Amino acid sequence: MESARTRPSRALAAGEATSAGTVTAARETRGPRNRRTGGKLLDAGLNLYAGLALLYLLVPIAVILVFSFNKPLGRFNFIWQRFSFDAWKDPFGVPGIGDALRVSIEVAGLSTLIATALGTLTALALVRYEFRGRAAVNFFIFIPLATPEVVLGAALLSMFLNFSVATGFTTIVIAHIMFNLSFVIVTVRSRLIGFDRSLEEAAQDLGATPWQTFRLITLPLIMPGVISAALLAFALSIDDYVITSFNNGSTITFPVFIWGAARVAIPPQIYVIASMIFLFTLAMMLLTVWQQRRAERMAAVRPDEPEPSQG
Amino acid sequence: MSHEGQGGAAPSVSLRGVTKRFGDFTAVRDMDLDVPRGQFFTMLGPSGCGKTTTLRMIAGFEEPSEGTVLLDGEDVTGLPAFRRPTNTVFQSYALFPHLSVERNVAFGLERRRVSKDEVRRRVGEELERVGLAREAKRKPRQLSGGQQQRVALARALVNRPAVLLLDEPLGALDLKLRKQLQIELKRIQQDVGITFIYVTHDQEEALTMSDFIAVMNRGVVEQLDGPEEIYERPSTTFVAGFIGVSNLMPGEVVSTGTGTAELRLDAGPTVRTGAAGATVGERAHAVVRPEKLQLHATNGTGPDGHPSVDGQVESSLYLGTATQVIVRLPDDTHMTVLVPNTDEEARRRLPAAGHGARLTWSTENIHMVRDLAAGAVHDDEGIKA
Repeated sequence: MESARTRPSRALAAGEATSAGTVTAARETRGPRNRRTGGKLLDAGLNLYAGLALLYLLVPIAVILVFSFNKPLGRFNFIWQRFSFDAWKDPFGVPGIGDALRVSIEVAGLSTLIATALGTLTALALVRYEFRGRAAVNFFIFIPLATPEVVLGAALLSMFLNFSVATGFTTIVIAHIMFNLSFVIVTVRSRLIGFDRSLEEAAQDLGATPWQTFRLITLPLIMPGVISAALLAFALSIDDYVITSFNNGSTITFPVFIWGAARVAIPPQIYVIASMIFLFTLAMMLLTVWQQRRAERMAAVRPDEPEPSQG
Repeated sequence: MSHEGQGGAAPSVSLRGVTKRFGDFTAVRDMDLDVPRGQFFTMLGPSGCGKTTTLRMIAGFEEPSEGTVLLDGEDVTGLPAFRRPTNTVFQSYALFPHLSVERNVAFGLERRRVSKDEVRRRVGEELERVGLAREAKRKPRQLSGGQQQRVALARALVNRPAVLLLDEPLGALDLKLRKQLQIELKRIQQDVGITFIYVTHDQEEALTMSDFIAVMNRGVVEQLDGPEEIYERPSTTFVAGFIGVSNLMPGEVVSTGTGTAELRLDAGPTVRTGAAGATVGERAHAVVRPEKLQLHATNGTGPDGHPSVDGQVESSLYLGTATQVIVRLPDDTHMTVLVPNTDEEARRRLPAAGHGARLTWSTENIHMVRDLAAGAVHDDEGIKA
């Protein structure tokens, strides 16, 4: 994916230049700098700054979307020629690209499922229970987050080689579960820290066994955190190249496919599939945000809230 | 699981030698307690006195460090909360935010495999009882504090527990609503006839609602009695001081009789008080409630034959139905006198601030109180407030 990102940044630079021009113009037309106009200027500057930051984030993605409709002359989809639906009509027309995508989705799905289940339970244990080594575990979960991916990938490969494990689909999944686990634990843990334990006591008081309490009360209430964690894990897994490239054997994932293809050709189909993944992720994110808003609205019943009039 | 009409002589809840320690801190100390069946039983005391810990041990959220907990005469020590026939109304209500009001109330019945029709019927009845039938489909956050409190009550009561445990359930509500719900709670308790164990630090609330009150301090019960006895005849210095406004006059026991003792007050006079088990030479307090004191100007004479003590008026506060006068005795004890404003003429004759005053009382209204088992409780280390 890295190679696809280099070029669009030039377009961004152009956008920045034009916006900067308008700022200077605006500043000159303003009157003497008393405090009020100074404040207004500051506001305008802040808005502009925020706008530029957003642009910086979005332009590369916009370029991918736009170039997925390009009809390039050669093998490299780098220079805009003309608008066309060709690539979208036949997204899997490039040999091998469909298989690579399928493998990526399988790896991401499986590693997300396992990492989310394991990570949620680990987070529960870390927040809920006092046990020997808890502080150590709390520290260790940050190590995979802080270690360079190249190092992790190489380390995993040498481990698999030493234990004579043939690299392939399974080893990719194992590697992805490993780096996803930390993200899941950190995400779910933050959700659990504010959890009102008296809700669980109330459930048990009403006759719910510990398992029923978890299934009927705890899990539904921490679900937004679990879903965010799963989405994050899925997104991290589906676009991982570095760690995968060490441990894939002969299995080709989508990022590995692009990397290989980029040496001989970058067909617009890659942009199409990248756009699909992006749009899918975006939809999931919006769903999560919507779901979390809903959860927050009904969260934590606080008796100390001002009393509405008794009806 | 229904415990109605099981009869039998066993108390609803019994604690036998129950102690609970948290690290170095002893929250509850060698407690023996019997809660009679079908009564409104209150555990009253300042924060940290062990009342909530005691409640949590009955519910099964805490295990006693020593001793046994019995429900209906059956040993339940070690039994987890979900296997005990008790239900709790939590201070924070602890309503399940993701479930509607009716699903909250149905939660306990559904755990017991009650048929769907019966769940629906009983939930409907219970919501009717607490006046929330129309709010059944709402989520807890859409209700006011008072309504949430009622849902919490319905959710517990619908299971017809052997004992209902209430942990300061009105603490978060404003005064007016609290008064209203006190009456409602008492009515519901009489209606369903279930044993209520109610925890509060509000002495007025305790006096209003309870059949029995256990006044707790530092992990022990200092007095267990009906509200009237607790108020009129406190048995320890702590109880006298904690319940209502108390006038505690320190002194020394000079002689004892049957059920009476003579106390030489530090403020001067020697007075006869109601007392039991006092020993000559011991330090104690004489206690008289503010409304049981009569106030006279010193130059005049009080009614003959009444015991009295003299002092100086420090302040006088008009309260509408009564006037509250603070009198300072020679030993610096402050006495509060409540003079009802029934007679304008008499009120104008009350001594003003800075003037001498004489306090009198009838002998049946003065009692002697002592610190509880001085050695056992007060010499203890590591007691937190």
